[in-house]
Amino acid sequence: MPVTHTQVGCPYCGASCDDLEVVVSDDGKEILEVRNACAIGNEIFHHATKPGRVTRPRLRQEDGTHKEISYDEAVDYAAKVMIEAKKPLIYGFGSTNCEAMAAIGRVAEKGGAVLDNCASICHGPSFLAIFDNGYPSCTLGEVKNRADVVLFWGCNPMHAHPRHASRYSVFPRGFFTRRGHKNRFVICIDPRETDTAKISNLHLMVNQGHDYDLFNAFRTALRGHEIPEEVAGVPREQILEGVDAMKKARFISIFYGMGLCHTDGRNHNVDIAISLTRDLNAITKATIMAMRGHYNIAGPGQVWSWSYGFPYCIDLSKGSVAHMNPGDTSSIDLAMRNDCDAFFNIGTDAGAHFPIEAVKKLRKHPWITIDPNICMASEIADLHIPVAVVGVEEGGVVYRMDNVPIQFKKVIEPPEGVISDEELFNRIYMRMCELTETEPVWIHHPALDVAKAVTEE
Amino acid sequence: MNNSIQLNLITQRAIEEGVAMEKGKTTPEYFEACSIIEMNPEDIKQLGIYRNTNVRVTSECGSVVVKAVVAGQYCPPGLAHIRQGVWANQVVPPRTQSTGVPQYSGFPVTVEAAPGDRIKSALECVQGACGLWNGGT
Repeated sequence: MPVTHTQVGCPYCGASCDDLEVVVSDDGKEILEVRNACAIGNEIFHHATKPGRVTRPRLRQEDGTHKEISYDEAVDYAAKVMIEAKKPLIYGFGSTNCEAMAAIGRVAEKGGAVLDNCASICHGPSFLAIFDNGYPSCTLGEVKNRADVVLFWGCNPMHAHPRHASRYSVFPRGFFTRRGHKNRFVICIDPRETDTAKISNLHLMVNQGHDYDLFNAFRTALRGHEIPEEVAGVPREQILEGVDAMKKARFISIFYGMGLCHTDGRNHNVDIAISLTRDLNAITKATIMAMRGHYNIAGPGQVWSWSYGFPYCIDLSKGSVAHMNPGDTSSIDLAMRNDCDAFFNIGTDAGAHFPIEAVKKLRKHPWITIDPNICMASEIADLHIPVAVVGVEEGGVVYRMDNVPIQFKKVIEPPEGVISDEELFNRIYMRMCELTETEPVWIHHPALDVAKAVTEE
Repeated sequence: MNNSIQLNLITQRAIEEGVAMEKGKTTPEYFEACSIIEMNPEDIKQLGIYRNTNVRVTSECGSVVVKAVVAGQYCPPGLAHIRQGVWANQVVPPRTQSTGVPQYSGFPVTVEAAPGDRIKSALECVQGACGLWNGGT
């Protein structure tokens, strides 16, 4: 009899939907049906049990072929690379759980590595702006229940976060938004007429790369001053229509994405978006939220901030003193300066998503990919270590885009012998301790004993 | 009609790219979804090519052959979009303005008609750049 798992979390985008239903065959080995997921989430679950999965570590041979090795051999290889490198770079973590992010910290400290995550090429500028200007944000539940004006600036959730509009921001009926989308005025600001623009009440087609100018015009108009006939390609009437809608709002939610972080201005674009939110709060209630791309990419920001004081670009090469300086300790800049001598690609695909010039520089050094799937990073790696798919074969804590932690659960067992990220990192750490003849340090909290006792009861 | 045209390129997500990526980056679906440049019909006309013709896109740091298509999500004239992924990153400049983030969007490219040029597979693009390409698919 097939088993239906309910309230399953989706390991794709930052919306981290936790209302999926997954039907698993009675032997627990096959996923038969996935309900409530978007097209991408659906594909992730079905892909996990398709044939062709790599189930053992593969070491690249001199002739370019891969040879299967045991997990013990792979752990030994990774530990030696980490110890021998002067400044290894550990990057990724878009697709794993917080438990693994904590475990890799021990490896990074022991190896004197730079610890970085996908925010480094994504919402890193958001962190920089938030450090400078604060983050007047809220939860997605508040958006659903309260927001009557929703602004999407430089983001396209209909493609990148496919259920965002239906679950949180545009269509759902909330406590104070009982008529769903009829209660909401949606503004989209994007240089293209995206599918998100098509579901909006007002689309301002900003000239690409001129978002800062348009933010300035919004702030100027909001304060009651004159603005030019056209700013950043947008007619004055449209800007005033948007400002007027915001002034009349009871609760405004601003969502922004890579349209601000990937283009000229970077953190300054986000900075002025936060300033606009602050200005709006003098009139009504306004909030802002980064559209985080992966289901747990908010996780390393949380875990490493409480571990090291910094969310990303963390240089641990000076021993116990962590420091962060994007532009210097960021993955792409390290790569382009040839300033790291080993690369660990974990739960991401730098081979496909880094500019190829950076990939070429990193590939001059040992490259280890830790990921469940065949990807570009696995196919250029010296060593590929497959692991369980978090959210499908492994549970754990993830942080949604609004920094709300959610306990994800597993629905099937991983292929026989395949281990989790957390177990792998702990084994690499233990092996590094053996090789350096040092005592492992496990931070132990008495509360864990209590939690374990309760679980066992 | 020109042999080449200067455009402003952005590289962002698309749901087709997301679905194909989860199927696998070596699949035909990923190739179909990502090895295209979305352009305004006027720009395609100005380039003097038919829709769905191969073009060579060259930036300050590299070049890549992709198929020119009319944007499903309207691009104004002068703006073009390659979906994020392997082909886009052959031309994305790695300069970060000291933030760590490369110039994924908003960089100048030259687009030339290249009907006789072949679009490389994802593996050929990435392994080839790293000197690891041994032929194959």
